[in-house]
Amino acid sequence: MSTVKIPPVLRQAAGGERTVEAKGTNVGEVLSALCEAHPAIGKQILTSDGELHKFVNVYVNDEDARLMQWTDTPVGDDDTLLILPAMAGGQ
Amino acid sequence: MSPSYQDLIAAAREVIPEVEPADVASRVASGDGPLIIDVRETAEWDQGHLPGAVHIPRGFLESRIGGTAPDSDQEILVSCASGQRSLLSAQTLHHMGFTNVTNLAGGFARWKQNNHPVEVPRILSAAQRSRYSRHILIPEVGEEGQMKLLDSKALLIGAGGLGSPAAYYLAAAGIGTIGLVDDDDVDESNLQRQIIHTTDRVGMNKGESAKQAIAALNPEVQVNVHPFRVNRDNVLDLVSQYDIIVDGADNFPTRYLLADASLMTNTPLVHASILRFEGHASVFNPYDGPCYRCLFPEPPPPDLAPSCGEAGVLGVLCGVMGNIQATEAIKVLLGIGDTLSGRLLIYDALGMTFTELKVRRDPDCPSCGPNADLQLRDYEAWCAGVGSHDHAGASA
Repeated sequence: MSTVKIPPVLRQAAGGERTVEAKGTNVGEVLSALCEAHPAIGKQILTSDGELHKFVNVYVNDEDARLMQWTDTPVGDDDTLLILPAMAGGQ
Repeated sequence: MSPSYQDLIAAAREVIPEVEPADVASRVASGDGPLIIDVRETAEWDQGHLPGAVHIPRGFLESRIGGTAPDSDQEILVSCASGQRSLLSAQTLHHMGFTNVTNLAGGFARWKQNNHPVEVPRILSAAQRSRYSRHILIPEVGEEGQMKLLDSKALLIGAGGLGSPAAYYLAAAGIGTIGLVDDDDVDESNLQRQIIHTTDRVGMNKGESAKQAIAALNPEVQVNVHPFRVNRDNVLDLVSQYDIIVDGADNFPTRYLLADASLMTNTPLVHASILRFEGHASVFNPYDGPCYRCLFPEPPPPDLAPSCGEAGVLGVLCGVMGNIQATEAIKVLLGIGDTLSGRLLIYDALGMTFTELKVRRDPDCPSCGPNADLQLRDYEAWCAGVGSHDHAGASA
């Protein structure tokens, strides 16, 4: 099971959890497992075609998955996925 | 019998040629001057010296000359006030094996009498030395670094959650000019985190309020209040007056506008954003590392990007993130250390963890990529369009 870090804006959709364990051998599988367990997250980060929105960054450990093999990027049990939408707050 | 002072001078004249100030001046003017070593005391040097001269007080000549002139064949001209101390210093260099050493005839006094150009070094006042003494003690800052900070101009977008601590500490650090862009007035609900404002200034423009706080802390700082919103009509004019942008905006259109203006004016951008218990920070150096759009090509839709006013923010978090911005701004201005360029720092106050992500330059970046057609746009419309379009189900 990989660990997925949930950003503040998606925590409500994850039942208030800051991290969630999800099964999968690559980024796509882990995110699918996450969205299956927490459908409200899927509504926020996936398009109606099931693709990840462009505004969602996914990091595997500290590397941007887009710059690796995107959803095909292999993920092991010790890896941490981080979902990172931009934040605008400053005031 | 031991040689007298006159004997020493006479002996030195035998081996050290003298050069007239006019000859040196014409060579210096044509960019073909020798290495000029001024051996006077610091108080004399502070009054003025030959342009481009290097100051090595006579007492440090032997120990420091190697660092300044590693090549013993290098042409060196030594100068002092009247040409006597420099003559003896030149002889010392001759003894040390320097083969091409001359002495400035008549010294700095004759140089000045003949109206040749004089450089007066900038020095910190006694009050400045005292105020910034803890900075001056740090080798990476020192007097020179402090003078750089005093000459620096920082533009802060927003005098709110991030801008309050950033402006306060940058002012304390002696940033010479601080620009504060904010069209908003101080509200009671700001005071839980916007520590530069006070209860009795509720209702005052935030820039004006911050200016009062800065004047009380460090009256030397020039504060420019810009009581309006930054937009595509004023951003380039505004940003080009400053050396660095500290982004404490509260909305995506302004953040993307600043990111593009940073590239167009070649002005570094220190980024931070905050929500609830979490903060992001990075540094975007134009064309030398990733830009904001390399990291976030498009903004999320409004429901995934609530403001602090909608979703709340821990007051203390603003202090941490605003001060990370101030720290990075000082490092960028001084050119020291490793900045957050190429890294996104995520601070989770609830878990008390700092996470670092690598941020790479996107070769297809529409803002800083080689094929980018960078021009200011209607960022409000673009952010609204991108968000609603994507969220309606367009393919990622």
